Order: sequence, then C-alpha cells, then structure tokens
Amino acid sequence: MANTTHGIGGLAYDAKRRTRPPELNVLAALVLIILAFEVLGRVFVGDSFLFNTRDTVDTLFNQQRLQIIILQVAIVGIIALGVTQVIITGGIDLSSGSIVGITAMVTMSFAQVAVVNGSPNPKAIFTAGWMDLPVIIPLIVGLACGLFAGFVNGLLIAYTRIPPFIATLGMMVAARGCAKWWSKGNPISFPTESYAAIGKGMMPVLIFVSLAILFHLIMTQTKYGRHCYAIGSNEAAARMSGINVTGHKVLVYTIAGALAALAAIVLSSKNLTAQAGMGVMYELDAIAMAVIGGISLQGGRGSIIGTCLGALIFGVIISGFTFLKLDAYYQEMVKGVIIVGAVVLDQWRQTKRGRG
Amino acid sequence: MMADLILETRGLTKHYGGVHALTEADFTLMRGEHVAIMGDNGAGKSTFVRQITGVEMPTRGEILFDGVSHSFTSPIEAREAGIETVFQTLALADDLDVPSNLFLGREKIRFNLGPFSILDKKAMREATMAALVKTGVKIPNLMNTIRNMSGGQRQCVAIARTAAFKSKLVIMDEPTAALGVQETAQVENIIRTLKDAGEPLILVSHNMRQVFDLVDRIVVFRRGRIVANLRKQDTDGQDVVAYITGAKTGAEFEGAA
Repeated sequence: MANTTHGIGGLAYDAKRRTRPPELNVLAALVLIILAFEVLGRVFVGDSFLFNTRDTVDTLFNQQRLQIIILQVAIVGIIALGVTQVIITGGIDLSSGSIVGITAMVTMSFAQVAVVNGSPNPKAIFTAGWMDLPVIIPLIVGLACGLFAGFVNGLLIAYTRIPPFIATLGMMVAARGCAKWWSKGNPISFPTESYAAIGKGMMPVLIFVSLAILFHLIMTQTKYGRHCYAIGSNEAAARMSGINVTGHKVLVYTIAGALAALAAIVLSSKNLTAQAGMGVMYELDAIAMAVIGGISLQGGRGSIIGTCLGALIFGVIISGFTFLKLDAYYQEMVKGVIIVGAVVLDQWRQTKRGRG
Repeated sequence: MMADLILETRGLTKHYGGVHALTEADFTLMRGEHVAIMGDNGAGKSTFVRQITGVEMPTRGEILFDGVSHSFTSPIEAREAGIETVFQTLALADDLDVPSNLFLGREKIRFNLGPFSILDKKAMREATMAALVKTGVKIPNLMNTIRNMSGGQRQCVAIARTAAFKSKLVIMDEPTAALGVQETAQVENIIRTLKDAGEPLILVSHNMRQVFDLVDRIVVFRRGRIVANLRKQDTDGQDVVAYITGAKTGAEFEGAA
C-alpha cells in the first residue's frame, strides 16, 4: 500500500517516548527545598532538619517534625483536592475558605454538648433538645452545607455562564457574611466527644491521605476525571464530543464545596471551636498548593499527586522557617515568591519544550 | 437503486434571518461513493455540511440517511446515527492522549458507576491501535498528549476517530487546508484507504488537484444552490472552475442562481 512511505515513526506504544510527568519536577523541588533546610539548619542552627539528633528516641528521622509538616497542611490539603479538579476543568474556586467558615459554624452548632463542667453550655446556640446529638447529625448537616454552596456555585457558572472567578467571589463574600450572621459573631464551642474525635491527633492526615488516594483514582481512572481534563483543554471539543459540559461543571463545583465542608468539619473538631473567621485565605493557600504542584490555570493540566506534593512543599517551608527560628513575616514573603517562581519555572519549561 | 443510497437531501434550505445561505439543495450519495463539495467562499458548502451533521437545524427540507428520515438536533445525534465528521476546527482536547481523544464522550467502561464509571483504558488503547491500522495513520507514541503533535498528526487522529466507530458516512471539511505537503499526502492516503474499505465520504475542499485525485463525483455550490453535479471522468478543472465562478450552470440546474 502506498501509505507505508508516509509514516512518521512507528505505530506503537513505546514507554520510553512518553513525555516526562511534570510531577517529577515538583518532587525534585521538594527534595531540593528539604536539602536546603537541612544545610541551612546545620550551618545556622546547628541541628538537623530531617534527622533525629536526640539520643532519647530511637528513630532515624525526626518523626515529630515530619508529623507536624503533614498535619499543618492536611486540612487545607483537603480543600486543595477539590480546587485541583476545579482548576483542571479551567475554572477557579475562591469560595472554599468562606465555605469552611459557614460550615464550621453550622456544624459546630449541631455538635455541642448540653452540659459543660456541671453548668449549661455557655456558648449554646440551640436549646437543650438540639444538643448531645449523635455525631452523624452534624456530619450530615455540615456536608449538606458545603454541597449546597458548591451546587449554587456550579449552577451559576454552568447556567448563567458568568466567569467562575466572579461566581465564586460572590459566594466567598456571601458565605463569609452567613458565617458572621449565624451566631452574631460569637464563637461556638464545646463539641461532643465523638465529634471532637474526628480531628484528634493524626486523624486529619489520615482523612487527607484517604481522600487524596480516592481523588487520584477518580481523576485518573474514571470518566469523570477524563471529562474534567477534556473540558479544561478544549471546552468546545468536549461539548461537540457529546460530553454534558453543563452537568459536569455543576458536579465539579458541588464536589469542591463538599470537600471544603469536610475540611471545616475536621478543622472545627481539631480546634474544638468554630469562629466566623475560620478558613480566611484558605482558598488562596489551596490554589497555591495546586499551582506549586504544576497545575495550569488555563485548565487541562495538573494532577492530584502534583497538588499533594505542592501541599508538602508548603508544609516543609512553614516548618523549615520555624525550625530556622525566622519570623512569620518572612514565611509569607517567601511563600509569595515560591508561588510566582513555580509558575514562572513551569511556563519557561513549557516554552522550552514547545520549541524543542 | 434506492437501497444503494446512503444519504439523500430533499429541498434542504437554511435561512439566517434574511440571508438565504442554502436553497433547495437536492443531494444524493451512494454507498461506497466519494463525493467532493466545491464552491467559492460563502457558496453554502459549510452551511450544507452543518445541516447534515446536526450542528444546525435546517429551515426546510428533508434528510434521509440510510433510508430513514432524520432531523438531527445535535452533532451527537448525527454521530449516533453513523455520520462522523472531521471539522475544519479540530475537535480535539490538547491535553489528552490519542485513545482519550478518539473515545472522547463515548469512553469504554469497565464498571458502570454513572459519572464515576471506571475506564477500560486497555480496551480503548487496543481499539485505537486497530483504528490507526485501519486508516494507515502513524503516530510516534499513542500515550503522548495531542499538544506536541504536528498539524498532520492531529488531523490524522481526528480522522482515525471516524474509523474507531462503525461510521456509515464520513464528512471532512477541508481536512488539509492547514497542512504541509507531506502531511497532506498522508491524509490523502487515509482517504484512499477509506475508499478501498468502501466507506462513503463527503469531502469539502478547495484543492482541485486533490479533488480530481480522490473522488468519484464533484458537486458545485454557488450562492447557496447546487449548480453542478459532475462525474469526474466527464469534466476537468477548467470546467469545474467555470461552474464555481458562475460562467456555467448545469443543464438540470437551469433557473438556479
């Protein structure tokens, strides 16, 4: 047949010619940052960042530090999982921090105990009949709260076709208002023991890791994940291929809202209290984690693994600065530099690959 | 004779407000036949294609496909009926690999869990290989994203998509308009492969050489009407140009235009 003369390469699945996954670069960055802290620590503080230097405990690594690193990013990490799938579809979600606020307030109201140290709960929101409820009630109420907020985001974006930035900005402001209105600005405290168990100890990490595995599978192995990438890389093509783009977007934002609600439940349980200001700036931290993890804000590119690595980089930087005994001010400055640096590096790599 | 028709349009008409983009188009296509649609810009070629692929709904007229009257309300319906289209603007997702693009919107499923159905990646990869072999398309690595592929390779992927499913009719809207010489040759080879396989094809093209190389019959559009229906052996380039520019009008189309 004539067409044999016009081939470009062979027709095969050749593992060696696969493009290098961008996650490897993020992993390399993580290792580099850890090494930098290790060296800086040895030079300036005279201690190891990563390894255990005390003789009292018999472990190679400094377990306590590693635990803190992952614990302090676990809750925002849960939000980042939802934000990742939103950004992959080419959208953005600015409302997650405020959804954390309102969900924490509402959930905690349903998780209060009636009696604290023999006297009635001083922070009570409802009457005694609505206290000491089984833990499933606040969980359902909290999730419903996040699902609803996310659903509204999704409806606005999918049906009115307003930009996701605007829709979720509106939700961000409105949900924060709801959180303040809920208890007229008062904190809500004293949850039941079973509710407090949700965020106890390393539970947030366990929840984060299981959700990360679940969402990694969803994004790589299911139709849902495939359609997220398709919509993000070419929405018109996705629509022409018969993908229900409108319905898919509603689902994506609803799931993001549910994950923000889960983060709120874990956070309020861990802190044993809920305040209207909870979760402020969490949305930006979550977006930053995804961006450091190699996501493209244009949509179509990024992964859960990347976002998890981005979250770890975040955690390492925060505890690294504490370890070097630097002020919190510097932390934020460097965080800003790293977010911008990650995107600049990524774009530079993209154009280089495009030319080569 | 009727049983051999795969596509027939009767009095197909499309008005955009006061603009008569397509008027009373009667068109037939036989099984296994390759037909070219030619005409100047704005002659109604693309409008005609949009009506039969369900992208738009005709103002008037009837579409008979495979012996059944259809009124497609979306490209998906047309595709489900067996009309596969390679659009001028490629409907490909840049960040997905070749199998994902081929099966976009109709993925093979291992477990049905609604939107969270588990993909059968292996089956899709194998079906992709089969489709590429069938069309003679060569791609260096199936699992690479479309983003880094050349225009020709992308066009080949778009064409291979038509072969991955049991399409009854393939429509290509200027498939080589943006391609280089070698890439154009590759796409033309694929079209020949389709001819050998007996797949009917409608080719929208401006390229006279290409049209005379590939198709059996040429239909010329001018100002929204069909003005000529020419068998390749009965005509030549100059003749076709005369019809396109309006210097000539086919005997059976007198009164049109």
